[in-house]
Amino acid sequence: MKDKLVIGGRELKNRLFIGTGKFSNNRIIPDVIKKSGAEVITVALRRIDFGSAEENMLNYIPEDCILMPNTSGARNADEAVRIAKLARASGCGNWIKIEVISDNKYLLPDNFETVKATEILAKDGFVVLPYMSPDLMAAKRIKEAGAAAVMPLGAPIGTNKGLKTKELVKIIVDEISLPVIVDAGLGKPSEAAECMEIGVAAVLVNTAIATAGNPAVMAEAFKLAVKAGRKAYLSGCGTTNEFANASSPLTGFL
Amino acid sequence: MGFYEKYLQFRDFDFESFFKKVTDNDVLRIIQKDGVNEMEFLALLSPKGEKYLEPMAEKSQRLTLQHFGKIIFLYTPMYLANYCANQCVYCSFNVENRISRKKLTLGEVEKEAGIIAGEGIRHILILTGESRKHTPVSYIKSCIEILKKYFHSVTIEIYPLDRDEYKELIDSGVDGLTIYQEVYNEKTYKALHLKGPKKDYGYRMDAPERACMSGMRSVNIGTLLGLDNFIKESFFMGLHAQYLQNKYPGTEMSISLPRLRPHVGVFEPECRVSDKSLVQLIIAMRLFMPRLGITLSTRENAVFRDNLIGLGITKMSAGSKTEVGGYALKERTEGQFDISDTRNVEKIKAAIYKKGYQPVFKDWQNI
Repeated sequence: MKDKLVIGGRELKNRLFIGTGKFSNNRIIPDVIKKSGAEVITVALRRIDFGSAEENMLNYIPEDCILMPNTSGARNADEAVRIAKLARASGCGNWIKIEVISDNKYLLPDNFETVKATEILAKDGFVVLPYMSPDLMAAKRIKEAGAAAVMPLGAPIGTNKGLKTKELVKIIVDEISLPVIVDAGLGKPSEAAECMEIGVAAVLVNTAIATAGNPAVMAEAFKLAVKAGRKAYLSGCGTTNEFANASSPLTGFL
Repeated sequence: MGFYEKYLQFRDFDFESFFKKVTDNDVLRIIQKDGVNEMEFLALLSPKGEKYLEPMAEKSQRLTLQHFGKIIFLYTPMYLANYCANQCVYCSFNVENRISRKKLTLGEVEKEAGIIAGEGIRHILILTGESRKHTPVSYIKSCIEILKKYFHSVTIEIYPLDRDEYKELIDSGVDGLTIYQEVYNEKTYKALHLKGPKKDYGYRMDAPERACMSGMRSVNIGTLLGLDNFIKESFFMGLHAQYLQNKYPGTEMSISLPRLRPHVGVFEPECRVSDKSLVQLIIAMRLFMPRLGITLSTRENAVFRDNLIGLGITKMSAGSKTEVGGYALKERTEGQFDISDTRNVEKIKAAIYKKGYQPVFKDWQNI
């Protein structure tokens, strides 16, 4: 059976999504996208300078990619909705990653406002991918509100700490019948693989790639790790045991 | 409770005895740990901390990269007027100084805006002297209406306002406030601000908080380095930034690090803040508040500014003029202070790229 990931009616071949903030030069981005094989690219609307050929980040994103503008800077649902509508009116398509953050110290998302924004934007025809703190009840509300996927954080944005929320994300994977995409906090390819091994549908990575010594090579490393993790999940990971399993068990004669 | 109560907790603190107790091991331990509290921040600022600038800088660089990426945000200041009602002994705009005074007409604001925007600048900081009479809120609002056509973000550095006035300006399109306490030491403050509304220490101190309460998106505070003891002033500024960040997490906090520059008048700084001390402040602030924006203006020279990229700075001004009408008008007035980094926007952009960082012109959009 084919291993399909379908979001908003689009079938995706690659389960690594890429963020575009934090790069030392926008000119690196095309190579990063190519090496990562990513099809879904997120861009903060606040950063898109439509009036400047050189500074307009969209000029560095291949046309065959799916552009997923995000609402970075929104402090409540109302601002997120306004940013989303501005993005669509500016020609950025109808995919939107909702980011509602009213806490500049930890940059943790506001799940309550995120649910509200999801409901409004989904009704308005957007393909909504909300970034959230991994909470099952909030994920249920987000699903009911019409989201196309849920995007729980692995660790706070930019921390590169890895999948610190593993137990909570796993519950969401088990209980929510939407693609679960781990967004934020992944610092190493092995952590992306760890996400995929527990059945996460995809991961979104920015800081770990953008701030790497060689971003394009790191992007490729993430691509391979995501593939490896997905294959491991599909093949069924072996169980872990507290004690060693002897190859000649004591009760083997039975 | 306002920040003044926090200030009082440390106003009579025995800093000297504290510094004597700070050990080399203390400093090294603080640099290595995750999360720095206020007394640890003070230890990093201490004379003992100066011995460990390199490991502190390494940590600062790592934290800055992690939270902001390889990015430097750019903006340009535009002086709307230099009329002032205050007598601050260290400032060229001092009401007693016989300088030519000017306020831009709305047509001149538009001319200036066109030139600055033509350089690629998308974020503008508008400044006035502190005269409500000459530059009332209604005038600022009229300017904002024009500037919104040219810039994605308009921030203000004007006299302190009441809460409802900040709200009025936010509603008309302002998204950020810069206001410096100038000096936290209350006695020094009173000695340096001889006349005018600015004599009110508490009203000024609470201004950033009033802006936060009004829903201001970003607030930038600072102390004018050189007016009083460098370490104590830096410490109070850090405490003030932390106080605001904790109480108003929805507002993006940042600080500026203005060192006193040559100006019209005879005032001599209380202390000279060395390059080394300024670096110590930047990196200690980064360890204390990892997500804090840190702004560096063209008061500093080009070489020093370029060297600071990557150490903790997140935002720089570019192509700045501190005269009213400095971009478009032939008529010259005195600037508020002398510019050290006189490079144009293109050159500063090239210098940032050369350091392996991306100059970012747009980081917000009025919604």
